[in-house]
Amino acid sequence: MNAGMDGNPRADGPAGFGRPEASRENTAIETAALTKRYRRATALTDCTVIVPQGRISALVGPNGAGKSTLLRLLTGLASPTSGSALVLGGTPRQDPGFLADIGYLAQDVPLYRRLSADDHIRAGGYLNQRWDAAAARVRLRELAIPLDRAVGTLSGGQRAQVGLSLALAKRPRLLLLDEPVAALDPLARRHFLSTLTTATADAEDGLTVVLSSRLIADLERVCDHLILLAESRVQLCGDIDELLAEHTVLVGPRKDTTALERTHTVVLSTKTARQTTLVIRRGAPLIDPAYQAEDISLEELVLAYMGAAAPAAYAHLSTVGDEQ
Amino acid sequence: MISFRVDGRSGVPPYLQLVQQVRQALRMGVLDVGDQLPTVREVVAEVAVNPNTVLKAYRDLEREGLVEARAGQGTFVRRRPAGPPPTTHSRLGRSLARWVLEARGEGLDDEAIESLLKVTLRSADPAVSDFDEGIA
Repeated sequence: MNAGMDGNPRADGPAGFGRPEASRENTAIETAALTKRYRRATALTDCTVIVPQGRISALVGPNGAGKSTLLRLLTGLASPTSGSALVLGGTPRQDPGFLADIGYLAQDVPLYRRLSADDHIRAGGYLNQRWDAAAARVRLRELAIPLDRAVGTLSGGQRAQVGLSLALAKRPRLLLLDEPVAALDPLARRHFLSTLTTATADAEDGLTVVLSSRLIADLERVCDHLILLAESRVQLCGDIDELLAEHTVLVGPRKDTTALERTHTVVLSTKTARQTTLVIRRGAPLIDPAYQAEDISLEELVLAYMGAAAPAAYAHLSTVGDEQ
Repeated sequence: MISFRVDGRSGVPPYLQLVQQVRQALRMGVLDVGDQLPTVREVVAEVAVNPNTVLKAYRDLEREGLVEARAGQGTFVRRRPAGPPPTTHSRLGRSLARWVLEARGEGLDDEAIESLLKVTLRSADPAVSDFDEGIA
């Protein structure tokens, strides 16, 4: 079990949030001790997460943390060594019944380079029971993306939009996107995310999204739920606003933190000769007045947990003073 | 109608940025009673934020009594936040602008001006501040 893990993100948060499907907080994804071992390495260890329906969840972590493995397990493209997953109420498997409600966009946006966007849209119509070809064409036309040119001749941003439009044409209830914006320039990234959030707003039956990325600033604006993986394990999982509210940055004189640790969980502690900077998960509202308490940003929170999971890899991010 | 901005790096949660921008627009008179706020879909398409973020911001404003949701129509301004009218804001803004000009004339850069402002705001009574001691 993981010390930093939040296995059970709230039940009563945004009740009456506007959209009925959001207030019910049914789960779209629920995994229990999901583990994937390959011959040499363990890609995912004891992964227990819950993603409520209607959320856009950020799947964050350094390279090799297990993000792609988790997404592949959720689609049934890979099968777990142990543990279980429930996705939209079903066990992930590669069959049309299960996959009908799931859109998946792999890391490199796999498209047939010589075929046009329109070829892809037509092919999708043959392969899927439910297929909104008209909506895909409208979306791409709005973005001024040529439907009749080989997708190999399009820009990276345009190809990503074609991939997203195809995934959305299924009218999925769950969309799994593996680093879709990593290779895009800022403007193409913004357009991609705008297409994504608009699709979420438009989805009448509710759409849940899991979006893996390393670009935290993008995620902060788009996502309302976080899954943080590091060293193949879940470090954090829950509602982003709640996670931010539960954590605090403390800056104060260098002093013993034993008393503080009795009440709060210290996620990361950085000490210089004179100063202590702590990222804590509060166990109680009251805090030692010797410290100045500051709100934490999503980036600081993510870095703190990544640093705590792999101290050696992130040592250069902080100036750790001599222990005197 | 106002248009929103969301800064992903500001450290302020996106929903709060939206709330603050509506309050600011109301104080400055950019938005007035009866005006409609952009729909969730419009905001989402414009600034690429989560629809739940916009809903949360609008709900906060509704709880404050500043806006009201009308079924099937959208969200409308109900009243302005407490405080002086927009004319006072623009008058104070103009005198602040004169002060900033003077400060720049004395060679202060923006960072120095901002920290001076912060220190002044934090001191219990700005009229009897520590500045005579030569701290600044």
